[in-house]
Amino acid sequence: MRYAVAALAFFAFWVVMSGYFTPFLLWAGVGCSIAVALFARRLRVVDPETHPSSSFPLMLRYWPWLAWEIVKSAWDVTRLIVSPRLPISPTMIRVRPTQQSDVGRVIYANSITLTPGTITVLAEDGEFLVHAITQAGAEGVTSGDMDRRVTAFERP
Amino acid sequence: MSAQDWIATLLVSAGGVFCVIGAVGLIRMPTFFTRMHAASVIETLGAGLVIAGLMVKAGLSLESGKLAILGLLIFFASPAATHALAKAAWERRREVGRDVGIPPGEDS
Repeated sequence: MRYAVAALAFFAFWVVMSGYFTPFLLWAGVGCSIAVALFARRLRVVDPETHPSSSFPLMLRYWPWLAWEIVKSAWDVTRLIVSPRLPISPTMIRVRPTQQSDVGRVIYANSITLTPGTITVLAEDGEFLVHAITQAGAEGVTSGDMDRRVTAFERP
Repeated sequence: MSAQDWIATLLVSAGGVFCVIGAVGLIRMPTFFTRMHAASVIETLGAGLVIAGLMVKAGLSLESGKLAILGLLIFFASPAATHALAKAAWERRREVGRDVGIPPGEDS
């Protein structure tokens, strides 16, 4: 099942990248997608960790929220940059992620980094070291809103 | 110019403005980590708005599909690259002292 989803994804990628719709090339794409899926199976590289297709619907709920967070904090950092006094208050904080799996922690660490104004410097098992450009940004991370959302979509 | 062109121009221009602001921030920020925050404005709002504008311009076509894949690539690759840089800076700082320019007391 997982490999069928992977083959479908490969084929969609093929079609978008090639842009030709002649039958021969489409069938070549089908053949290659299936072959790559079989190779991936032989190599055992498609597992729940690298290919979390089951949590896809939950991602569709998380991404819009994350996109809006990114826009808001990018705007905040933009205002910091153009403000003449440069009112930054850089802070290093430690946060404890509540996710159980590696994938969950990676998603949380990446979300922190993707949001302008906060960067995950070290991501260890039980603790992240996060650099924030303002105290307010650091408090935003410690409030744990993003942490809760990532944990929620880790366990449906 | 059609409404579609106007929206596309507006989005691409706004993205360009954020790229320039990010570049200014890169110069204005005092330390390594604060400069990284300025750069993340470029890779999120800057690149995001430019790609969104180009997608509006391309309409529903293969080009916008490619642009969407490009956006996804940036979305996944940029935090990984940023984290790798930040971690390298942190390790380096541990080796040679305050080389990356974190004022004392900034790390608690």
